[in-house]
Amino acid sequence: MKFDLTEERQMLQDGLRRFLADTLDKKAREAVAEGDTGYSQEAWDGLAEMGVIGALFTEDEGGFGGAGFDLSVVFEELGRAGATEPLLEIVPAGGLIARRGSDAQKALIEDVIAGSTMLAFAHGEPGSRYDLSRVATEARRDGDTYTLTGRKAVVPAAGQAGKIVVSARTGGDVADEDGLSLFLVDADADGLDIRDYRTMAGGHAAELALDGVTAELLGGEGDAYADIEWATARATAALSAEALGLMEACRKLTADYLKQRTQFGRPIGKFQALQFRMADMLVEIEQARSAVINLCGHLEADRDTRELHVSATKQLIGKVAKLVVEESIQMHGGIGMTQEYDLAHIARRLTMADHRFGDSTYHLGRFARMRAAA
Amino acid sequence: MDLSYTDEQNAFRAEVRAFLDEKLPERLSDKVRLRHELTKEDHEEWHAILNERGWLAGNWPKKYGGTGWDAVQRHIFEEETTAAHAPRIVPFGINMLGPVLQQFGSEDQKDYWLPRILNGDDWWCQGYSEPGAGSDLASLKCEAKRDGDHYVVNGQKTWTTLGQHANMIFCLVRTSKEGKPQEGISFLLIDMNDPGVEVRPIVLIDGGAEVNEVWFKDVRVPVENLVGEENKGWTYAKYLLTHERTNIAGVGFANAALENLKRIARLEHSHGRPLIEDPLFAAKVAEVEIALMAMATTNLRVVSAAAEGQAPGAESSMLKIKGTVIRQEINALTREAVGPYAMPFVSEALEPGSNVEPVGPDYALPAAATYFNNRKLSIYGGSNEVQKTIISKAILEL
Repeated sequence: MKFDLTEERQMLQDGLRRFLADTLDKKAREAVAEGDTGYSQEAWDGLAEMGVIGALFTEDEGGFGGAGFDLSVVFEELGRAGATEPLLEIVPAGGLIARRGSDAQKALIEDVIAGSTMLAFAHGEPGSRYDLSRVATEARRDGDTYTLTGRKAVVPAAGQAGKIVVSARTGGDVADEDGLSLFLVDADADGLDIRDYRTMAGGHAAELALDGVTAELLGGEGDAYADIEWATARATAALSAEALGLMEACRKLTADYLKQRTQFGRPIGKFQALQFRMADMLVEIEQARSAVINLCGHLEADRDTRELHVSATKQLIGKVAKLVVEESIQMHGGIGMTQEYDLAHIARRLTMADHRFGDSTYHLGRFARMRAAA
Repeated sequence: MDLSYTDEQNAFRAEVRAFLDEKLPERLSDKVRLRHELTKEDHEEWHAILNERGWLAGNWPKKYGGTGWDAVQRHIFEEETTAAHAPRIVPFGINMLGPVLQQFGSEDQKDYWLPRILNGDDWWCQGYSEPGAGSDLASLKCEAKRDGDHYVVNGQKTWTTLGQHANMIFCLVRTSKEGKPQEGISFLLIDMNDPGVEVRPIVLIDGGAEVNEVWFKDVRVPVENLVGEENKGWTYAKYLLTHERTNIAGVGFANAALENLKRIARLEHSHGRPLIEDPLFAAKVAEVEIALMAMATTNLRVVSAAAEGQAPGAESSMLKIKGTVIRQEINALTREAVGPYAMPFVSEALEPGSNVEPVGPDYALPAAATYFNNRKLSIYGGSNEVQKTIISKAILEL
């Protein structure tokens, strides 16, 4: 058993933390909030230059990382900084291209790692909620080409991406695992309508309406479900690590505030009632850290083991995130309610982690069903 | 012990319901139901409708133009108005300043200000908290110095809700630095249009700007705007806070929010079934509903024990804690219920007169913003920590 980071990962963590602290200061964050893309181009370029995107891919794929603990190091730091740069979308979208793509399609990964092409993963639909097999978007084959028709809901960074990985049905009924396929779509393709908007998490997402959009098949036809689940597991690990970083940011802001804020003639952190609540929060955040380690350490395990950890981790992360957000705001009092104070963005982003890839209730039920079936 | 309503009470309920059917404009109830932002004119319109019927001041005695209702009537009125999605009554004049003037104001002050509150001539706001004086309100610094027939006010107030609409503010100001901090505070009525008053909006975590900072620079306030005696303002402030807390349980709001949650949970689907049929989600909804049913009775027990026109004592702290936590939990479940569509932050679509299309179902749009906005419930009006201190001291005598 070893719980410390390798030297390379430690260096990545240190460098990333310094870079983000320097680049994403309050002014940069405000510029992002007021801008129309939801991220900082300077930060994005810097991250690519540092090799952070490369750390999301294995050596075989052209990167130099790609393991669960590479994801956790990168995304915990992004979370700690409250970064909105859409690196997370590269985990499922880039992962699926690398896993299923032809050589020509895989060539795209080089541009992704260089930071010149952004990706999005358009899978969820209006009404599909968190069910991975519920896809109504249809793919029609005409000779060697496919066209897609349907709608995709709340797709982060779809309006900023150059290429979008889109799931669609080539067979089966609406909730079947069989009959799902994946496609590569150009963001500026004819028939693709993208309604871009900002999100509570501080970045951008979009609603996609596809009307006979020309698409390239990614991998085989009708067999994509297992890989969608695999990619979502990795994305869930990344999101959970990001949530952990956001929790650490909440904890730091709150602990600092308890030391500074004076009421009744002393810093409020001297009141035992608040000390105990802060201590409870710390204990829960350490639980969250262990849950992230559990998932990242089992991403390469067999499917059932991996998915059990997906649900265990995401359930716990969602529950702790709610506690950390609510307690941080409450212990701050009024100032914690203001947009201008750093906590607002961090708290919103952390809360929104429960609205992707399944919330804590969804995963509690899923975990219980998997255990009952085992 | 009898939990059933009397015939008179049932008749009263029917009367309120008929009134709402006839007089509550659909334009307003639609806005409230969809959680669109209400304008100043919307609030004023609803106040005028209630005032015309004599129902604006449910907590005032008849001699001041109030209804003279008892606690159960007030409860029925609140239940019916919130269920019908009526706008809330703006509390600053009716629920806060009114009772203070009635108890401590001079005859001139009562004669002048109370009818103006009912007629909507003034929009009041509250000048209590300061940047350094929140839960420790008595440490406030905003200063009023006597200069002939005037007080000269300098300082800053914060968290002033809807101060952007107000023309008058009631303020706690420091008139003495002698003795304990509580002993040098006075209660002053200030015209917001006076030179030296500046209002700056504070944008909150949900993107809305309902609260403000109010700055005073050499603002001259006539001495007749002092309520009661100089340096006795703390007593009046505490009296006001207990009245502020009378309706703090928010049973009506909680019921309306619960109905909204259930409606959404019937429309949303998980695994192809209505979300309300998901046993885990349904259990969470059931748990909060059970707590609400008990809290509604606690609320009636506490308010019934208080005599007509009087505010309950330290027991209202219980209502504040339980009432706010229940409402916040319903808001959290509503956010959860809308799933991925909690994420779009298209707040423009909620603004008055907006024609921006919402993203996703219309009920999803305000779910996350409402969740974040209502984190304030356990912070304002004396944070829940302050309420627990009150319970420890006044009820438990610890």
